[in-house]
Amino acid sequence: MEIFLQQLINGVTLGSIYGLIAIGYTMVFGIIGMVNFAHGDVFMLSAFIALLLLLLLTQMLGLAAAPAFVVALVASMALTALWNFAIERVAYRRLRGSFRLAPLISAIGMSTFLANFVTVTQGPNNKSIPPMWDQVIAITSGGAYDVTLSYKQILIVAVTGALLAAFWFVVQKTPLGRAQRACEQDAKMAALLGVDVNRTVALTFVIGAALAAVAGSLYLLQYGVVKSSDGFVPGVKAFTAAVLGGIGSLPGAVLGGLLIGLIETMWGQYFGSDYKDVAAFSVLAITLIFMPSGLMGRPDVEKV
Amino acid sequence: MPAERFVRALREAGWATLVVAGLSFPIIAYRAEPDFNNLLALQPRWPLFWQFCAAAFLLRFLLAFWSGDETKAKAPREKNWPKLPWLGPLALVFLTIYPLAVVALLGPQAALKWVDTYGVQILIYVLLGWGLNITVGLAGLLDLGYAAFYAVGAYAYALLAPATGLGFWALLPVCGLLAAFWGFCIGFPILRLRGDYLAIVTLAFAEIVRIVLINWDVVTHGEAGLFGFPGLNFFGLPFIPGPRGFAAHFGLPFQGIQKQIFLYYLVLVLALLANLVSLRLRRLPLGRAWEALREDEIACRALGLDTRNIKLTAFALGAFFAGIAGCLFALRQGFVSPSAFTFSESALILAIVVLGGGGSQLGVAVAAVFLVGASELLRELTFLKSVFGENFDPAQYRMLLVGLAMVAMMNFRPRGLVSTRAPTIKLGATS
Repeated sequence: MEIFLQQLINGVTLGSIYGLIAIGYTMVFGIIGMVNFAHGDVFMLSAFIALLLLLLLTQMLGLAAAPAFVVALVASMALTALWNFAIERVAYRRLRGSFRLAPLISAIGMSTFLANFVTVTQGPNNKSIPPMWDQVIAITSGGAYDVTLSYKQILIVAVTGALLAAFWFVVQKTPLGRAQRACEQDAKMAALLGVDVNRTVALTFVIGAALAAVAGSLYLLQYGVVKSSDGFVPGVKAFTAAVLGGIGSLPGAVLGGLLIGLIETMWGQYFGSDYKDVAAFSVLAITLIFMPSGLMGRPDVEKV
Repeated sequence: MPAERFVRALREAGWATLVVAGLSFPIIAYRAEPDFNNLLALQPRWPLFWQFCAAAFLLRFLLAFWSGDETKAKAPREKNWPKLPWLGPLALVFLTIYPLAVVALLGPQAALKWVDTYGVQILIYVLLGWGLNITVGLAGLLDLGYAAFYAVGAYAYALLAPATGLGFWALLPVCGLLAAFWGFCIGFPILRLRGDYLAIVTLAFAEIVRIVLINWDVVTHGEAGLFGFPGLNFFGLPFIPGPRGFAAHFGLPFQGIQKQIFLYYLVLVLALLANLVSLRLRRLPLGRAWEALREDEIACRALGLDTRNIKLTAFALGAFFAGIAGCLFALRQGFVSPSAFTFSESALILAIVVLGGGGSQLGVAVAAVFLVGASELLRELTFLKSVFGENFDPAQYRMLLVGLAMVAMMNFRPRGLVSTRAPTIKLGATS
């Protein structure tokens, strides 16, 4: 029971990070209908940017760990957003009217480029930082196993919840959100009615990247290690989360993320960690085959 | 107005430089490496950073200055490559004499690398490219898990050869059929999905196959892989020194390269067979149906084509050639391990097809030679090491460039670099 509770906490933490990445997939898919395959690598890149900034601030400017992390997080959001803005401009914008697989192939190329770009510039090996904020709250004690909840985990879940609420508000209530939903329904009509489609799509990519950067920084904080091949598997899992929650739906993405995080940690606990990725990939295949609209999505009607 | 254009180009270049500076600020300007205490320390690389900024400024400036003249209307330019009917036969003649010529020129020792790395390895990729071309180029099904079928072929040979005692002539079709069967099994449930979902599911299946290969220690020996399985023989004559070997039987002196030359011709013949099959199939109703499916699936269904069966044959046939290529890979390496069948392998094969301009046989072959051969060639150039430092590894840059090339292809020539991917027949075409 204690172990189950502990894995529940770990799963929700991991799931929150997947959820934050999944929002980026789901928003881009919603607005231009493409699978942004490079998004996982954008997440990895953001973790690297945060890592470098953190080292820069603590080693060269002598800041304490906590303010340095906050500054690194915010700066990483800005720089990753710039990256995704440039990526959209270079790799996807011209392809909106092309044949349907073109954006996906371009995104695969971009993903390959980003992973190898980081490998070339930063080396292929693990980069680990010393652990930060290790205080924990003991939830149960005296049993066979002490269940603990660390401050970091509380922070991660709280940040995810707050960001989900904020972006839910943005999409539902602000002019930007209205423009996004208009482009989602019919980009040509939205353009005729005076919505700047290019700007709206670019902003969607920027927001997605900023959220991925939050996820990347929190991932670095929680697990303390990142490497250049870390974009692929978390990326596919976050995409699984987006699909499971219903692609195009913001709360669905976070729900899907939580489910994938829980499935992965529980599988690792009770069936061994060798095949825990198989569990996530199987969920992806099964969802797409049997339930392509996911838990909270709308059914996808193919138009001629 | 040159002055106005100059100012505008300058402004454009300034913005581009700012963006590049932002993109490369921490990731290029600093590198994090563990120091003696195993703590990460930053190594500054500001010169590299300034070089990137300067390059961005110059490129953007020149581009903006030259293309900024908007008084000249841009004519739509669709340049088609000239048709070169003699190129195919010429390439064939070259490929046939290539290993013998290399041996004659360089001697058997020095020629080994040229036959093995540049000959056999590239031809295996050509075969893989032609196989995937059936699925991606002809039928328009994006398969991101092609390396899984390649792995099935390689492991089928590595496991079955010692277990059954059969030679590779018997196992070659078995490897192909097993991979085709896997293609059928994986393809069956997913073929009604829309294009990009199908691509993602094939990726998921390929990763599952790879994880199983890593963890199913009893059969696959995990990461360590399989080795020591029987190698190639010439219709029953093994390539060994001594009286029972190939060399002694034909009264030749024994040389290690004989095996490689035989493997080369074997791969060449099989690759040409794959080429022939897909060229012939394109003219059959099945091939026509593939192309029609690629162009418009809904129209196909409206015309009463059985899209599921048509997709399944494309998927299984593509997988069949991957299985054959896997078997040849196992024979070439004498060793198979899961690390050879990662997603980046699938991405490389996909890049070969995409750069070759999906649907074009010659284009795929040229792309394979270019992508695989060029990076091997870069490894040879030792002066690059003196320019870029001792640990310069072109293999790392290969995938980086492959990624960029895929993006550039999709943006500038989505129908192929070497040739254009046109349907074989087209309504209203004048011939």
